[in-house]
Amino acid sequence: MPTIHYILKDGSTRSVEAKPGASVMETAIRHNIRGIDAECGGSCSCATCHVYVLEADLPRLPPPDDMEDELLDGTASARAPNSRLSCQITVTLELDGLTVSVPETQV
Amino acid sequence: MARSEPLLIVGASHAGIQLAAAAREQGFDAPILLLGDEPHTPYQRPPLSKGVLTGKTAEDQLALRGPDFYREQGIDLRLGVRVTGLDLATRRLRLEDGGQLDFGWLALATGARCRRLSVPGADLQGVHALRTLDDARAVAAALGASQRACVIGGGFIGLEVAAALSSVGASVTVVESQPRLLARTFPAAMSDYVADAHRRRGVALALGCGVRALHGHQGRVVAVELVDGRRIDCDLVVLGIGVQPNSELAEQAGIACDNGILVDALGRSSAPNVLAIGDVANMALPALPAVPGGPQRARLESIQAANDGARAAATLLVDRPQPLDAVPWFWSEQHELKFQMAGLPAPGDQAVLRGELASDKFTLFYLRDGAVRAAHTVNRPAEHMLARKLIALGARIAPELLADPSADLKPFSTPLGLRADLFHGAPR
Repeated sequence: MPTIHYILKDGSTRSVEAKPGASVMETAIRHNIRGIDAECGGSCSCATCHVYVLEADLPRLPPPDDMEDELLDGTASARAPNSRLSCQITVTLELDGLTVSVPETQV
Repeated sequence: MARSEPLLIVGASHAGIQLAAAAREQGFDAPILLLGDEPHTPYQRPPLSKGVLTGKTAEDQLALRGPDFYREQGIDLRLGVRVTGLDLATRRLRLEDGGQLDFGWLALATGARCRRLSVPGADLQGVHALRTLDDARAVAAALGASQRACVIGGGFIGLEVAAALSSVGASVTVVESQPRLLARTFPAAMSDYVADAHRRRGVALALGCGVRALHGHQGRVVAVELVDGRRIDCDLVVLGIGVQPNSELAEQAGIACDNGILVDALGRSSAPNVLAIGDVANMALPALPAVPGGPQRARLESIQAANDGARAAATLLVDRPQPLDAVPWFWSEQHELKFQMAGLPAPGDQAVLRGELASDKFTLFYLRDGAVRAAHTVNRPAEHMLARKLIALGARIAPELLADPSADLKPFSTPLGLRADLFHGAPR
């Protein structure tokens, strides 16, 4: 099972095993990762599952589609070049070791 | 009011879970007991009328929190528990099984239930409502054998179900007694757009006509008969004719209710130490920039109202009251259309269209006395997020600027930007 690393607001890291096919957001909810609110439950409507992807991991991800790209302009914490909505990143075996950090606030 | 007393939450759906989580996050350290009447681990409801019906969302993706959350947070979650009585004088709940529970704080997050259809045949097999996981399972199972479905009610739930069922191959007719869809929320132009969008995707609509009876064969529904005599043959009926708040517990205890439990912007009811949140709460709306003509309170059936109301109520529990101040918003998904609604339009608002209806990407802004008060967007999530900021600020933007898709509205979304309109010559 691929491992996803979440860097929390206090700087600590939670590493959890993810189910391939689940999103990085769903994996976070399942493991009670604080700082990923995901109010709309993963339907790309609310931008409250915003994460910053470790720069080195960015090339492993397909780029955001138009809808995600638009929503990222509305995140509560500032958008950065490595900003993504975790509900739109599907975990695959190839993403083993993906590292994301949670923003200061989601709402 | 007493602080740091044990909190008892009745209702383990979005609002109840969010209150428990927010209370802990904000430092509330007294015991929390959370009662749910369904047997299932608390789950998300929005996917029930969408991905669960199409099979895109599996049940194990629905959990509101991970399995260890409740233990980790010191939240005592009890499922399958039904509350039958509330005594305010002794601060005690009576349970269906004869037990009773004392509380310091009580939060009623009892939600709402589907209205039933009161016509002959409404209890036939194959007739379903859609509110709970069990409902969604039943509809999904019936869909497997269904060729023709009839959805009664052209509101958000009905239309989401119609879109989901038609996307997996069922032939679907939506029956709506009002002459247009979503009449409570949308102006005529938006209703017409939605009707056209569904028709273009193969959903049949019967508007402006009520249901007289459901007909069955050997106990199973086979047709819906309309008041005008038309007959819609079907083997599956899904009702989406609205909900009523589960406020009986509060009413019987003498708590002030009127279309839900009346609460202020902190979730406080008329009874000391009793809060109400989520679909059952008729909540005072946040004090956004004062513009006459808007509603003062509303019972908002939305995830956002459940979450934000719960967060506001949690601030009371830790003695740092911070009333609800968020712009109401909600969303719907039908076919590949993402609807996002912000603010509450009122009759007489000036509607300004930004973009083109036919492109399935646009925003309809609503101006009241020159200020942006509401916005309905389709497939324009960034414009929706921006609209929420504009509404919170009561931004004044000239209609011709709003209507121009090439005009940049972002400068209006900061407090400083409020003054930018002076330079654009907008009316004040």
